[in-house]
Amino acid sequence: MILDLERFVAEGRPRWRALEDALRAFEQDRFHRPSFEESLRLFDLYQHCAADLARLQASQPEIATYLEALVARAYTQIHSVRRRTPLRPLRWLTDTLPATFRRQWRAFALAAGLLLLGCMTGVALLRMDVDAKAVLMPFPHLLNDPAERVKQEEKDRGKQIAGHQIAFSAFLMTHNISVAFLSMAAGMSFGIGTILMVFANGLDLGAVCADYVQAGQAKFLAGWLLPHGIVELPALLVASQAGLLLAGALVGSRSRLPRRQRLRSISKDVFTLSLGAALMLIWAGLIESFVSQYHEPVLPYDAKIAFGLIELALLLWFFARSGRKRNIARNEFE
Amino acid sequence: MSARYTLEIRLPEGVTFALPLAGPVSRCLAFLLDFLVISALTTAIQRILAAFVISQQDERALVVAAYIAIWLLYGALAEYFWNGQTLGKWLLGLRVVDAAGLELQFYQVAVRNLTRAIDLFPVIGLAGGITMLCNRRVQRLGDLAAGTVVVRNNQPPVPNIEALVKGRYNSFLQHQLLCARLRQRAPAQAGAIAIDTLMRRDRLDDRARVAIFDDLAAYFCTLVEFPAEDTEQISSEQYVRNVVEILFLSGKRPALAKTAVSITAR
Repeated sequence: MILDLERFVAEGRPRWRALEDALRAFEQDRFHRPSFEESLRLFDLYQHCAADLARLQASQPEIATYLEALVARAYTQIHSVRRRTPLRPLRWLTDTLPATFRRQWRAFALAAGLLLLGCMTGVALLRMDVDAKAVLMPFPHLLNDPAERVKQEEKDRGKQIAGHQIAFSAFLMTHNISVAFLSMAAGMSFGIGTILMVFANGLDLGAVCADYVQAGQAKFLAGWLLPHGIVELPALLVASQAGLLLAGALVGSRSRLPRRQRLRSISKDVFTLSLGAALMLIWAGLIESFVSQYHEPVLPYDAKIAFGLIELALLLWFFARSGRKRNIARNEFE
Repeated sequence: MSARYTLEIRLPEGVTFALPLAGPVSRCLAFLLDFLVISALTTAIQRILAAFVISQQDERALVVAAYIAIWLLYGALAEYFWNGQTLGKWLLGLRVVDAAGLELQFYQVAVRNLTRAIDLFPVIGLAGGITMLCNRRVQRLGDLAAGTVVVRNNQPPVPNIEALVKGRYNSFLQHQLLCARLRQRAPAQAGAIAIDTLMRRDRLDDRARVAIFDDLAAYFCTLVEFPAEDTEQISSEQYVRNVVEILFLSGKRPALAKTAVSITAR
């Protein structure tokens, strides 16, 4: 091909500049919705510049570098979906989150199985060796005799936390959310980190349960843990479900897709599940601070247990049924 | 493309282009700057809380909560609303983009920021650092999970070839037949190298510059031999400038006929 370079640059420069100006408008406002004519013009300029790049690429590295950067920016704008999707948090919560959970239920079942295994191991270890309590208990205040703690808590009537509930719940929320996100992120260690975290949580939970049941404080334990734990534990499992999804995409034993595409195909679900877990932990943090820390005679254990069971029923309904009909109708329509 | 790390994307139009990827060092520096920003924000919140009459226990809990919240939200929100940039990335001219060159989605920036904890594991970002070094696209684990890469955010100016030879007398143009023969014989790649060298001349040290221009001039001499009286009095660099003018520019000098260059499509 014969090319008069000076003429080529002179002719191309106005449309390169025009494309730069058009791109600037698009890039400055990511929600900018172009008119049909504006879109056509951008596409036309992009195609011209791509053609210019194709002609110069092999022989003119300096000009090609300039055009490559320009075409790359235009490509991003041309090939992306620029749709002002209305923010529908309620629909996301009632439809998208439970639908994603149901679609990826196997990962959740695996996480729940691991937690159960950890619980059973915790119970077995504490029964075999009572001295293991010092190693297994997650917090120092759990090392004392459960009966003594119950006596102290009932005598205290929640005075320790009175006036500090908001700060305490904010701390619980952020701390638990960061732990949940860590469990999700640990999926990138081929799932090893996530598996260990879920198992370790199960181990702690099993040990605490065994200790309080052995001491005859099962009712206190249920009243203390159920109101917040019935949401907190599933939240951890949902975050771990996201982590196991990542791990599954990394390993990819059943898929012929390349690793990058496997990860790409599940990253939206990972985000949905992680955000869902975070919302559940916000609720759990509030309940732990305002309900779980108050014991008899301030709050009767039966009432706390009933509250926890109602939460469980709602949670089961939410993940099993919420948005199901609407999702089926939408899929049929599409 | 001179960058060491590049992301090649092939367009449906059949054109391939390369985005310059950010190296591990510049990414680490950007992260350190962002860490300073997060620390400054947390300190500011701590000062504000201290102004209110609350207990030390509450203050500590709220500061920890604020730190975690800022840590989780700062990167995701900044990158989504500011074209893939945080303050640290903006200062170092970096930008997060979709690994396929498409527009960045919110779930992508969220996932890459929420998975940062595993990149920092066990200390000072060892897991993320090793992943970046073992990865052709310089992606940390969070980038792999989200399908993103970090690129250098630069739009180079349109190069001005005319300025390279402006204001210098080109004695070779008197020999139109030899000029035509040079245009016929010089491969496109050789011309491209000559332009590239002229554009980078100020970035080369003196010895290297002289050596490169000597080599180029010697190469062009083997293609066409101009009369000795025109070549003896000029430096190798001027020789190369004359050749570039013959190969690439036309219509500006009276002695110059229509100039053309052979371009071979990749």
